[in-house]
Amino acid sequence: MSAVLDPHGHAHDHDDHHHTPTGLMRWITTTNHKDIGSMYLWFSFVMFMVGGAMAMVIRAELFQPGLQLVNPDFFNSMTTMHGLIMVFGAIMPAFVGFANWLIPIQIGAADMAFARMNNWSFWILPFAGSLLIMSFFMPGGAPGVGWTMYAPLTSQMGIGMDLTIFAVHLLGMSSIMGSINIVTTILNMRAPGMTLMKMPLFCWTWLITGYLLIASMPVLAGAVTMTLTDRHFGTSFFNAAGGGDPVLYQHIFWFFGHPEVYIIILPAFGVISQIIPAFSRKPLFGYASMVYATASIAILSFIVWAHHMYTTGMPVAGQLFFMFATTLIAVPTAAKIFNWLATMWRGSLSFETPMLFALGFLFLFTMGGFSGLVLSLAAVDIQLHDTYYVVAHFHYVMVAGALFTAFAGVYFWFPKWTGRMYDETLGKWHFWLSMIFFNITFFVQHFSGLAGMPRRIPDYPLMFETWNKISSIGSFGFGLSQLLFLYIILKALRSGEKAPALPWEGADSLEWTHLPTPAPYHSFETPPVIK
Amino acid sequence: MLNSRSFVACAFEQRAGQQRTKKEVMVFERVSMQRTSIIKLARIALMALAAFTLAGAAQALEWNLREPATKIGADIHTIHEYVMILIVVIFVGVFGVMFYSVFAHRKSKGAKAANFHENTTVEIIWTVIPLLLLIVIVWPATKLVIAQKDTTNSELTIKVTGHQWKWGYDYVKGEGEGISFVSQLKTPHAQIEGTESKGENYLLEVDNEMVVPIGKKVRILTTAADVIHSWWIPAFGAKQDAMPGFIRDTHFTANKLGVYRGQCVELCGKNHGFMPIVVRVVSAEDYTKWVASQKNPGAVSDAAGPAADASTVVAAAPAPAAASAAKTYTPAELKTMGEKIYTANCIGCHQATGKGMPPAFPALSGSKVVNGDKNVQIALVLNGKQGTAMAAFGKQLNDTELASVLTYTRNSWGNNAGVVQPADVAALRK
Repeated sequence: MSAVLDPHGHAHDHDDHHHTPTGLMRWITTTNHKDIGSMYLWFSFVMFMVGGAMAMVIRAELFQPGLQLVNPDFFNSMTTMHGLIMVFGAIMPAFVGFANWLIPIQIGAADMAFARMNNWSFWILPFAGSLLIMSFFMPGGAPGVGWTMYAPLTSQMGIGMDLTIFAVHLLGMSSIMGSINIVTTILNMRAPGMTLMKMPLFCWTWLITGYLLIASMPVLAGAVTMTLTDRHFGTSFFNAAGGGDPVLYQHIFWFFGHPEVYIIILPAFGVISQIIPAFSRKPLFGYASMVYATASIAILSFIVWAHHMYTTGMPVAGQLFFMFATTLIAVPTAAKIFNWLATMWRGSLSFETPMLFALGFLFLFTMGGFSGLVLSLAAVDIQLHDTYYVVAHFHYVMVAGALFTAFAGVYFWFPKWTGRMYDETLGKWHFWLSMIFFNITFFVQHFSGLAGMPRRIPDYPLMFETWNKISSIGSFGFGLSQLLFLYIILKALRSGEKAPALPWEGADSLEWTHLPTPAPYHSFETPPVIK
Repeated sequence: MLNSRSFVACAFEQRAGQQRTKKEVMVFERVSMQRTSIIKLARIALMALAAFTLAGAAQALEWNLREPATKIGADIHTIHEYVMILIVVIFVGVFGVMFYSVFAHRKSKGAKAANFHENTTVEIIWTVIPLLLLIVIVWPATKLVIAQKDTTNSELTIKVTGHQWKWGYDYVKGEGEGISFVSQLKTPHAQIEGTESKGENYLLEVDNEMVVPIGKKVRILTTAADVIHSWWIPAFGAKQDAMPGFIRDTHFTANKLGVYRGQCVELCGKNHGFMPIVVRVVSAEDYTKWVASQKNPGAVSDAAGPAADASTVVAAAPAPAAASAAKTYTPAELKTMGEKIYTANCIGCHQATGKGMPPAFPALSGSKVVNGDKNVQIALVLNGKQGTAMAAFGKQLNDTELASVLTYTRNSWGNNAGVVQPADVAALRK
C-alpha cells in the first residue's frame, strides 16, 4: 500500500525486481489488478457458459408442449440456477473484472487501493460458484424457487437451499469488498490533476455502482439469513403461522433487487460512454449531464422496489407511489440515450466490432426500456406480471444491455490488455449472429407474455407453442454463437496480430494516451500529471 | 392453416360454447380491418412469419392481450395500445436519428467529426419532454389503478385458496353462499407425458369450474394454504397473489358469457404449471340453477358409493361428513375407489409407483407411516404436514374418500397394513 502511494520510492522499479511466484501460485497469490481483472473475466465467462447451458435445457424442454426432457422439479432448479449464476456469477463479476483492469489505468493509479483484499474478493467467487453447483448433488437437488427465492417456498426445499444461501453470502461479501476497493481507489488514488469531473465515465459509473453495492448487498444477506433461520432455527420472519409475513421477504429482497439491476447496468453505461465517442471520433456529448443522470438513476433505484410487487395487493397509495417513481427513471435514462445519439451526430463513424455491440446495446436496451415503461404502469403490470413479457423485458436489458456491453468492452480493450488484435471479420460475425438470434429468442416472448403465458412453467397450453418453438430455435443459435466468441478470444491470444499502440483512432482516455500497448504488468508507478 | 380466419376464430375461443358462425367471423374481420394500419401491417407480417416458420403448429397465434371480458380488461387493452402507439412514435424518432447518423456520418464516406459536446438548452429540452410524455401516459393509468383497487359494493364474494397444486373456492357472500369446492387440473397425465394426443384445452381444464353470473361485481378474496400462489384470469384483467396467512382481494364484473381460462402465475413448487383456473360466466337464471344444484347435490351424494366415478366423488367433496360416512365397505371396494382418488390427488408427488421423489416427496411404498398405526396416517392426511408440500386434505375430501385412498396406500406397492373405514376417519376429525 504505502509503496503504491509513495510517488518517489519506487519510481524506477520494474518487473524484474520482483520475485513473484510463477505458474498456478502466481494466480493464487497475485495482488496485481490486471491479473485479478483477467481472472474475474475468465471466471465470469465460465459461469456464463454454465448458466447458458442451463438456459439451453430450459429452452429444449419448452420446445414443445408436454414434459419431454426433465421433470418439473429439475426444470425449476434450472430456472433458479440460470438466474442466480447469470446475475451473480457472470454479469456482475464481468464488470468487476473491467473495473479491476481499467480503473487504475484510467485514473493513473498504480494498482487498486487494497491489493490483498482484491485478491480475496476474487478468490471467494470460485467457492461460491462451487456451492451453487454442488447444490445439484444434494438430496432434493438444487432449489427450485426462482432466483428471487421467495418465502415460504424456500422452506420446502432440501439442503441445496442452504448451500445456495451460503453461496449468496459469499457472493455478497465478494461484491462488498470489491466495491469498497473500487470506491476507495477512485476517491483517493487519482493522479494529480485528475479531478472527479475529468474521470472517464466508466470510473464515474463504477463509483456510483460501488455505493449501490455497499448499500444493497447487506440487505440481500439479511433476507437470505432470515430465510436460513426460518428454515432451521424456528424463527418466523416470513411464516404467517408464527406471526411473520411472506410479503416482508419480497420487500427486503427487492429493496436489494432493484438497485441490483442498476448495479448491473450502470457500469455497462460507462463502457458504452467510452466506446461510442471513440468510434465517433468526437467527445462524449453532455459529460456532466451523464454523471448527473447516472446519480439520479442510482438514487431513484432505492425508491422503486415495490414495482416488482404490484400483484401482492398493495394499497392504492402504494401502487401509485411506486408507479410514479418508476416512470421517473425513464427521464435520466432517456437523457443518456439522447446524449449517446448526440455524440454520434456529425461524428466520423466507423463500425468495428466494439462499436457494433455498442449500437446493438443502444438499440435493444432502448427496446427493453420501452417494455419497462409498459410494465411500470401498475394497471397494465397487473396483466403482465409474472408472464413471459417480463422475461422478454429483463433479457432485453440484461442480455442486450449488460452482456452485449461486456462483449463490446472485451473487444475494445482486448488490444490494450494483450497487445494482440482479435479477428475483425469473426468479431462482426459474432455480433450479427448474437444480434439476430437474440431477437429471435426474446422478441417473440413479448407475444407469449401478452397472450398470457406464465413464466417458470415447464409445460404450457397449446396456443403458446409457436412462440416457444421460435424462441427455442433462437436460443440454440444464440448459445452456439457464444462458442464463436470463445474461439475468437483463444485465436487472438494464440495468434492474433500485434496490436498497434493506438488501435482505435478516437480513444482518448489515460490507458490509451499514457501507456504502451499492451499495458505493462506494473503501470503508473509514478503517477502521470493530468492537465 | 394459419389463415386469418382461423386466427380470429381461435383468438376468441374464450367464447367457447357458442359456435361462431362463418358470418360472425367475417363481421369481426371487417371490424378489425378498421384498426390502425400499423397494427394491421404488424399482424399480417407476423402471420406470414408464423406461417412460414412453423407449418406444423397445432393452434393459431396469440400475440396480443387476450380479448377482454370486463371493463377493466378492456381499459388495460386501451392503455396498452395507447402506450404502444406512443412508443412506436418515439422509437421511429429516436432510431430515425440514430440510423441517419449511422448512414450519413460515416468515416468511410469522408465525414469529418464536429467537436461540439455540450448544449444546455438541448439537454434541458430533452429532459422536460420525456417528463411531459410521462404525465400523459401516467394519467389514465392512475385512474385505472384506482378502479382496479375498488372492491367495494360487490354482489358476490368468493374466497379463493391456493393449495399445492389446486384451487379451493368458497362462496362466502351473496347468492350461492356456502358453496365450497376444490378445483384441479383435469388434463390426463398421459397427455402431459405425450402418450396421448393433447386436447384443445390442454392444461387449461379443471374438474370443477368456478361459476359466476354475468354483470355482477364479484369480489375475489385470495389466500393460500402453503406457499404463495397467484390467481389470474387474463380476460378479466384481474390478477392477485394468494398469500398464506393473509387475505388480499381483487374484483371483476364479467360482461360476456363464456368460459375463461388462466393459470397460476406465482412459482409455487413442482406443479406450478399444472394448476389452471377456469371461470364459467353464465346468465343470472343459469347461475341460480347452478347454485341450486350445488346446494342440493341429490343424486351426486348418493353416487359416493363404490361404483361412482372418481371425478363425481371429488365433485361432491363440499360435504365432508357425508351421510355415507357411517357405511362400512369391503377392502376391495375401498381399494378401487382409493386408486381413483390417489390418481386425482396424490400421484403428482408420490407417483404412480408409490416411490415418491425423495426427499421432497417421500415414498409411500414401504413407508413407516403408511405401514404403521392407521390413526397416525389418518391424522397426517387430514391435517397435512407443516413446512412441507403435504397438504391438509381434511377439508378437500370426505370421510369415504379419505378412507378409501388411505386403504389404497396401505395395501399397494408391497404395503400390507390393513383397512381404514370412513368411521375411523370421522373419529379423528376435530
